[in-house]
Amino acid sequence: MTSQTPIVELIGITKSFGPVDVLKGIDFTAYAGRVTALVGDNGAGKSTLIKGLAGVQEYDGGVVKFEGKEVQLPSARAAAALGIEVVYQDLALCENLDIVQNMFLGREAMLGITLNEPQMEFEASKTLTGLSVRTVSSVRQKVASLSGGQRQTVAIARSVLRNAKLVILDEPTAALGVAQTEQVLNLVRRLADSGVAVIIISHNLQDVFKVADDIAVLYLGKMVANLKSSETNHLDVVQYITGSRTMGDQE
Amino acid sequence: MSVTIGSGHEGNVREQLTAYKARVKGGEMGALPSVLSLFVLTFLFAALNPYFLTQGNFANLLTQTATLMMLAMALVFVILLAEIDLSAGVTSGVAMALFIIMTNRWEIDWRISIVAGLLCGMAIGAFIGFFVAKVGVPSFVVTLGLFLGFQGLQLALLGDGGIYRIEVPEIRAIMNDNLPGWMGWAFLAIGITVMTLLNFYDRGVRARNGLVNRPISLMYTKLVVVAVIGAALVAILNENRSRSIKEISGVPIVVPIALTVLFLGTLLLDRTRFGRHLYAVGGNPEAARRSGIKVIKIRIIAFMICSSLAVISGIFNASRVGAVEATAGKAIVLSGVAAAVVGGVSLFGGRGRLIHAAAGALVIAIIDNGLGLIGLPAGINFLVTGGVLILAATVDAVSRKRSSGAR
Repeated sequence: MTSQTPIVELIGITKSFGPVDVLKGIDFTAYAGRVTALVGDNGAGKSTLIKGLAGVQEYDGGVVKFEGKEVQLPSARAAAALGIEVVYQDLALCENLDIVQNMFLGREAMLGITLNEPQMEFEASKTLTGLSVRTVSSVRQKVASLSGGQRQTVAIARSVLRNAKLVILDEPTAALGVAQTEQVLNLVRRLADSGVAVIIISHNLQDVFKVADDIAVLYLGKMVANLKSSETNHLDVVQYITGSRTMGDQE
Repeated sequence: MSVTIGSGHEGNVREQLTAYKARVKGGEMGALPSVLSLFVLTFLFAALNPYFLTQGNFANLLTQTATLMMLAMALVFVILLAEIDLSAGVTSGVAMALFIIMTNRWEIDWRISIVAGLLCGMAIGAFIGFFVAKVGVPSFVVTLGLFLGFQGLQLALLGDGGIYRIEVPEIRAIMNDNLPGWMGWAFLAIGITVMTLLNFYDRGVRARNGLVNRPISLMYTKLVVVAVIGAALVAILNENRSRSIKEISGVPIVVPIALTVLFLGTLLLDRTRFGRHLYAVGGNPEAARRSGIKVIKIRIIAFMICSSLAVISGIFNASRVGAVEATAGKAIVLSGVAAAVVGGVSLFGGRGRLIHAAAGALVIAIIDNGLGLIGLPAGINFLVTGGVLILAATVDAVSRKRSSGAR
């Protein structure tokens, strides 16, 4: 089913802070059109693994392959140039600006020396429409007036607008209510269906099973399980996360 | 692909008005409070003192306001970043001290001296910006230090109690002379034409991108309102307001200068990448940084613009007084901050426009002028202005809470 080349492939990734080995030889893959959930308890190394992919903090060792080619990720800019976008938990939106202004922040469309607002407005609307977003009434609303779920939507749509091939979502549903969680998960699904590879970090296994195709479990800096969500269950994953079960047990 | 999400431009005039009311209720009030208080104050003072609405007092009010208005507009650039420049007033004082020394002592051409003064302001702004943005010293402290230090520098440059007469007629003319009648009308015509063309240009670009435009009647209404108010003002100012034999009439020269700065500054803030990034840094510096915006550069440029515009307000002041004093600019800076806040520029950063600061300056100047005419003791003036400032800051804080309370 996933015989295609993965968008991103990590082989034998290591990272340590002083004497502490945080990542001990991680292998990890994410495919276009699939949602891969990265789960694990606090301190398992999820954030460190993601920071390396985002170019924020370089790995010590191992190989990163992007679309089959070996790449270096020395900076966030380098990661963005490849098409890797991260939506952090705090979203990084400017509340005083509207949706269009936020989506194009730092890469505004210009007409001579002035901003090309109509073009930006059109493309922002198109992107949101393409993701079947129906929860915002106007793209000229200030972000301050948006709900948490709507903000998450804007942040995700921004990464789509930047032609991301791999979108990494850090706890996208952590602060949301039931209805909004549902909306965001639907959006994540549509994002993957549009051909983007999605990595989602979550503590909420209910959400993970709802949206993810693959589940990768980290335990104390090791990848202890790579599962298809259709072939596993809640209890198994919890056991992997807590370390009471390893991949060998399955056979 | 058809676009189904709105942009606020849809709907007829009535729906547009409803949407506007909703925005105001939601806390996006803009210049509305200051414009309303302008009306209230005008009626109040007109009722209390017959001289208030005379042509003479009106022209007087405009020139009284100009210095404060320019300083308030200067401060907007740093207040938008949630920073402050307490030294803006004395910076203009230092620049004008340099100017007067160049023209009076060294007999250098006044044009060169003006440019030198503006460059001096720009350099001071870069200095402040460096310490605030690069070193990380709070702007309050840096500019408070300069506020104290520059008072000393002014004394050193001009001597104890130094006061120098301005000998350049062109500079004296800014506040004391008027445009000929036809030029007032010509300036108004140019202004309305530029506004109309800009509106049509914007609508054209929107249409070319397949976007809906607001009803065109709304645009015409706005333009007509501006044209009518503008024509009334020019007509009033073109009448003779002299109480002696020599005729005094026409729009004060400072008015077109101040309006041009307002126009260009607004274009910079609303329509350029720099302006957008300035608002972004003011709203959320971390988000701006992650979007690839060079936050330090934006901050430094903002302080440079602030100090440069402050020098223009210093020129206005010197023109009005007819001299450069060693104490120039010391007292006015807090009124400048007050004017910006009263107009609706948020001290929390990221919210406010130049026109708000201009409107706020008018409110403060009218209170000053009107209370003076009624003949109340001077102390009342400060009490009222202070009260208005606190009221405005409260409105800002409450509306800020309200607009982010929708979460």
